Amino acid sequence: MRIIVIGNGMVGQKFCEKLVAQKIAGLELTVFGEETLPAYDRVHLSAYFAGKTVQDLCMKPMSWYAENNVNLHLGDPVTHVDRAQKTVTSFEGTQFSYDYLVFATGSAAFVPQISGVDKHGVFVYRTIEDLNLIWRHAKIAKSAVVIGGGLLGLEAAKAMLDLGIAHTHVVEFAPRLMPRQIDDGGSHVLTEKLKALGITTHTQKNTAVILGNETITGLMFTDGSMLSTDMLVISAGIKPRDELAKKAGLQTGHRGGITVNDRMQTSDPSVFAIGECAVHEGAVYGLVAPGYEMAEVVVHQLSGGSKQFSGFDMSTKLKLIGIDVASFGDPFITDEATRSIVYHDNHKGIYKRINVSSDGSKLLGGILVGDAEAYNKLQQICVNKLAIPPAPSDLIVAPASTSNGADNFELPAGALICSCEGVKKQAIEDAIVQNGCESFDAVKKCTGAGSGCGGCTPMVKDIINATLKKQGKMVRNIICEHFTYSRQELFDIIKIKDLRTFDAVLDALGTGDGCEVCRPAISSILASLWNDLIIKKESATSQDTNDRFLANIQKGGTYSVVPRIPGGEITPDKLIVIGTVAKKYNLYTKITGGQRIDLFGAHLNDLPLIWEELIAAGFESGHAYGKALRTVKSCVGSTWCRFGLHDSVSFAVRVENRYKGLRAPHKIKSAVSGCIRECAEAQSKDFGIIATEKGWNLYVCGNGGSKPQHALLLAADIDSETCIRYIDRFLMFYIKTADPLTRTATWLNKMEGGIDYLKNVVVHDSLGMAAELEAQMQTLVDHYECEWKTAVETPELRKRFTHFINAPEAKDPTIVFEPLRAQKKAAEW
Amino acid sequence: MDKNNWIYACKATDMPHNGGVCVQYGTEQIALYYFTHRNEWYATQNLCPHKKQMALSRGMLGSQQGEPKVACPFHKKTFSLKNGQCLNDEGCGSIKTYPVKVQGGNIFINVASILTPHSSTLIEYEPQ
Repeated sequence: MRIIVIGNGMVGQKFCEKLVAQKIAGLELTVFGEETLPAYDRVHLSAYFAGKTVQDLCMKPMSWYAENNVNLHLGDPVTHVDRAQKTVTSFEGTQFSYDYLVFATGSAAFVPQISGVDKHGVFVYRTIEDLNLIWRHAKIAKSAVVIGGGLLGLEAAKAMLDLGIAHTHVVEFAPRLMPRQIDDGGSHVLTEKLKALGITTHTQKNTAVILGNETITGLMFTDGSMLSTDMLVISAGIKPRDELAKKAGLQTGHRGGITVNDRMQTSDPSVFAIGECAVHEGAVYGLVAPGYEMAEVVVHQLSGGSKQFSGFDMSTKLKLIGIDVASFGDPFITDEATRSIVYHDNHKGIYKRINVSSDGSKLLGGILVGDAEAYNKLQQICVNKLAIPPAPSDLIVAPASTSNGADNFELPAGALICSCEGVKKQAIEDAIVQNGCESFDAVKKCTGAGSGCGGCTPMVKDIINATLKKQGKMVRNIICEHFTYSRQELFDIIKIKDLRTFDAVLDALGTGDGCEVCRPAISSILASLWNDLIIKKESATSQDTNDRFLANIQKGGTYSVVPRIPGGEITPDKLIVIGTVAKKYNLYTKITGGQRIDLFGAHLNDLPLIWEELIAAGFESGHAYGKALRTVKSCVGSTWCRFGLHDSVSFAVRVENRYKGLRAPHKIKSAVSGCIRECAEAQSKDFGIIATEKGWNLYVCGNGGSKPQHALLLAADIDSETCIRYIDRFLMFYIKTADPLTRTATWLNKMEGGIDYLKNVVVHDSLGMAAELEAQMQTLVDHYECEWKTAVETPELRKRFTHFINAPEAKDPTIVFEPLRAQKKAAEW
Repeated sequence: MDKNNWIYACKATDMPHNGGVCVQYGTEQIALYYFTHRNEWYATQNLCPHKKQMALSRGMLGSQQGEPKVACPFHKKTFSLKNGQCLNDEGCGSIKTYPVKVQGGNIFINVASILTPHSSTLIEYEPQ
């Protein structure tokens, strides 16, 4: 069977993948693409400006086409179709015969007829080539206007932000943004959010003329108002690419698009059309999921199946410039039989609307802006016509459950879970029950669910857990394929069995040879239990890279050096030493957020020499490389500050010296503030201490990082000794029970009973283990040694800090630096 | 180098356990691994193809369904030590592997697959 596909976009490519998977005997598949690149992810096009490469965006590498015998002609569009002879002719003049022809020509950007669209600085937003042109022009542009306030237009506006254009405007003809998805209330919230980001919106504006001589200088609207700009991106909608089909005499819709029936057949039964070039019952589907569904239908038709296309649920959820926007079902209905419930929070910028049947039994549609966590659940309830709570408003105003998955309502077997790949709940359950898939990755590989946009991942995971539970299988939180234990279980068993090395643990409790997940996790447990030197010969290679060489590996392969500066207090003499060493070894220096000094760009070979000099001046390792205590930051406190209540620096120095070198499931940061003004920002730390009139307040489980979280009060007005005891217990309890690479904030969030439970354990000793925790901490404190001191004083250890084993003096010749503000930086990769 | 293109790398006792070192051969950098837990030796290119970093010799060894692998310390791309295929990122590309032999406590790597470097940069090491 000879099949020719015209167009190598996302839908055309998905069609090829699905067809190839059918393994039809004698299949000859030929694809013509107009662009010179193989199919790429147009949905995430703006990621190109945010740093993704063409390669990242490509759906399949070129090798895929060869491996699957797909005959791919890129940069060679089809120019002529002879339906009588069943042949196509390409731009380069070659002629091919087909048994079936598939149009997947997609769409072009719709450009309204405005005078001046041909000026320099006017672009459309459709292909990687368009993006390259925009990129070049954006370098000299200070302001930009996007015409079109729909999905694509707002994506384009985001791209302008990513390109660093300070003044970006969106112009929309309709009275609101995203007119096809959201209503006036939703648009209002979205407009406010965009404004905060620096994007100005203008609705109900019809562009009359593009101003400027050769290059654009501004726009004039039909109401006479003007807007000056350095560039214009038109993203006002799509226009199906049907010109070739028209030329071939195929029937097209009166507003464009190749007319197809439920089998995706055009007016010629041996010619199909799929994706954005097709018009089905008067509708052009401008989303990728229905396009994939159409591809599936044609594959069925060609391989003897009976699947038909019966329209598509146009629910969408997307993150626009960090703002969640979703709509499902019929978002706009306002008839007699419908009641709408609206939740509108102008303060937080959240808008939610649901449309419910007047008897309160069915969810008919809705809109979510600012917070779309409930989208998966609501969309499933709507599509599957599930029962809704007696008070329907609970659907949008009740506190969101911790999971946005499918745990709290029972979905029917036919519920569509992954709309990108068309995977239903039944298929996921079958993969688990019949094919023995027990992990998300296994289910993804088997069914394809979650491999598209990934939005259904939480639901798939919940279905896996629920199905395994139903089978009576325990859902266990194991660390990797080599150990069927959780970190907490391993911690206890390793302690009871007195295991001291990774290989001893692996041989006693695991299978295989370990990996990059379990080796560092177990090394961390061993360090927390025994506090032995981590770079002993049998342990060194199981430490994370940074621990193996006692330094953080940086871009380019050099390392950074961070000496400990307890509490951020340092003498002028020691400052001079750091300066002298940095100069001697040509290191880039920077003050860190943790009140110490980072020295970057050290060659592996130089590390022992650098540390030798630092140690001689009284410095110790700062453990910046370890999942360990980093810094205890402090404000200057009562010794100098006129507001200070206690000596926060002295206490910070004491705390830092007590816990230095303490290894944990993740890094630990701390701070001490001398009064409630909180200059040390203690409430953003894993544990933070703030002086009060009567003593100290101890806060725990705060976090900066990607998900900032304020620390919670564990104990108030305690004296210094009690404070240290509570920190001992708290840290040891965390070290014993947290999962690998879990910060204290996440650990607390997952803890049943939360801060009240933690308070009971640490303050009220509800588990009766306080004395044991304190004793364990004391053992670790007593075992502390400066790893760098041992390393530079032990010849066998020192020998390891070389790049070439057979040329120990030579440094890695591939390392290059670039100059930066009188210092240096690593070369770009 | 002998006539069959074996070069001397180092003594077995110089090697870390379950880890790698980097061997200089002209302008090439070869990562040599002693997988003690499996009692196996492997050699690959030192360059991780993902971000072009000379780092694989500092990577962590492990196995995936029995297949021995090395994880790059930068972004944890893992590569089979047997055939050099990337195991967790299809788009990443694979790495070159080289045969290793152990003779009388000395480790040799076969460099026949490397283009002969300029003789002026060639560094040869004889077994002690």
